[in-house]
Amino acid sequence: MEFVAPVLNYTLLSPILILLGGALIGVLVEAFVSKALRPITQLSVTLGSLVLALVQVWRIHNESSTSAAMSSVTIDGPGLLLQASIIIISIISVFLIADTEQFTALAAALPGSDEERHALQTGNQVTEVYPLTLFAVSGMLVFPIASDLITLFVALEMLSLPLYLMAGLSRRRRLASQESALKYFLLGAFSSAFFLFGAAFIYGFASSVTFSGIHDAIANASGNDVFLLIGIAFLSVGLLFKVGAVPFHAWSPDVYQGAPTPVTAFMAAATKVAAFGAMLRIFYTAFANAEWSWTPMLSLIAIITMVFGSLVAIAQRDVKRMLAYSSIAHAGFLLSGVIALNKAGLDASIFYLFAYGVATVGGFAIVTLVRDAAGEVTDLNRWKGLGKRSPWVASSFAFFLLAFAGIPLTSGFIGKFSIFSAAYESGATGVVIAGVLSSAIAAFFYIRVIVLMFFTDPIEDGTSVEIPSSLTQLTIVISLLVTFVLGVFPAPLLNFITNLATFLR
Amino acid sequence: MDAANYLYLSVLLFTIGAVGVVVRRNAIVVFMCVELMLNAANLAFVTFSRINGDLNGQVVAFFTMVVAACEVVVGLAIIVTIYRSRRSASVDDASLLKR
Repeated sequence: MEFVAPVLNYTLLSPILILLGGALIGVLVEAFVSKALRPITQLSVTLGSLVLALVQVWRIHNESSTSAAMSSVTIDGPGLLLQASIIIISIISVFLIADTEQFTALAAALPGSDEERHALQTGNQVTEVYPLTLFAVSGMLVFPIASDLITLFVALEMLSLPLYLMAGLSRRRRLASQESALKYFLLGAFSSAFFLFGAAFIYGFASSVTFSGIHDAIANASGNDVFLLIGIAFLSVGLLFKVGAVPFHAWSPDVYQGAPTPVTAFMAAATKVAAFGAMLRIFYTAFANAEWSWTPMLSLIAIITMVFGSLVAIAQRDVKRMLAYSSIAHAGFLLSGVIALNKAGLDASIFYLFAYGVATVGGFAIVTLVRDAAGEVTDLNRWKGLGKRSPWVASSFAFFLLAFAGIPLTSGFIGKFSIFSAAYESGATGVVIAGVLSSAIAAFFYIRVIVLMFFTDPIEDGTSVEIPSSLTQLTIVISLLVTFVLGVFPAPLLNFITNLATFLR
Repeated sequence: MDAANYLYLSVLLFTIGAVGVVVRRNAIVVFMCVELMLNAANLAFVTFSRINGDLNGQVVAFFTMVVAACEVVVGLAIIVTIYRSRRSASVDDASLLKR
């Protein structure tokens, strides 16, 4: 047998390689740079490689769609758009991660031990969160472009493993943070086992691991349908877990609450883009012809997810948990884009993911600002009258909430409108009705928070609003601008997406 | 011997693992059950590779082993940290976060 050397197309893979290189440099910086210079060096390396990767994505966006690395990844319009969204969201999240106050000085030390105090007093803060972020981002970049089951699985783990660790790094309420890491890890590993088992059965059906091979096998009806059904069901469990759809959502409120808020922001926004990207690709390319087998199941899950997320969010007394349930509801809205299975659904999903991701990071950036002596205040009752004490912060938060609710003049409205009209076009009327109804329910609790902030009297309990650092300010301003501009002038981005977004099969 | 028997074995192992994750309370045991599920998936891949006469399934098995090893590194790090701060690795004891 002749050995054929693999062709790798390094230019097309360069965004991922740059980020991996940056992450490895970050590991070395952690080991060799003195503690005084470490945070600023890490921040520059991280931001530098992210910006470089974004530039590289822009440079290759005009190349014709092709597959790289022996067709284990596909570089096409949707892939590049999703990659760009992930990188932009990561950049504004890294501005938040730069706030070292949020992270434990020494993750390995026992909470409350002398070792921990000593590390804090001597300023010996470890900054491993930066390389971990870069590793996670590079996994996220591979996830939506993966076009065989092996790459998909490796990318899934590559983005998950650093996130499990990052969830446990909070400086305040360390035990809760470690607990959230444990829950995230155990449930995440459980769901990836389901994912892999599903992948095995799809391989058994198609006798090929590539998406095009699976597509052909379905088109020719050449395999055992039972294997395909088991495979799609189990594989979907893994993907639905990552996006936090009901009934696989149990981890998300706990992890959102326990993880340090900058990590929550990053995870909530970027993971969602990556996971939905992968989901869109696999359902639009590999499983497109087996529509009959997965649309009913996915429609049901979408409806349950929207309604459940919106209803449970009403009962929440904690800002981070409320945002977690709101993100569950949004996962349901986004699923209607997957169900639509048409070009409009794809375009709308990409737009929605970007708009929602940016607004989410902005929202969590505001959460980091409301503090008392013991750290962040996430209890909604103590947010009362925030609008009177710090009108700017409260108005920005109100704006992000309106964007989540999908009120006109925000990006959320355009996103919801386009995704629901795409789903309606494809005949998924039930999903659209459930979506609109649960949007109305969701608007109720968003507006309740706004009322709480602006129309109730403040209580004096030591809650204050931190003066944002310049990087946090930058995050908030960028998110506000993007959310507003996409709400008022969405056409340029929508057209850009429409022209570019076609899956290469 | 009929290759389908290996498939039944893999489904059996996967089920034992899944039930274990749900029923057991010790984080280490839960984690071992997850590993059992991954290995069941591996067995399924190799069996299908044999049935279909295609080598890719065996390649996947190697990738899975490496990924499972990485998962052990991360997982044990988290479980050991929790154990050191709580003196217990029980999943039920960790319930600071609201349900």
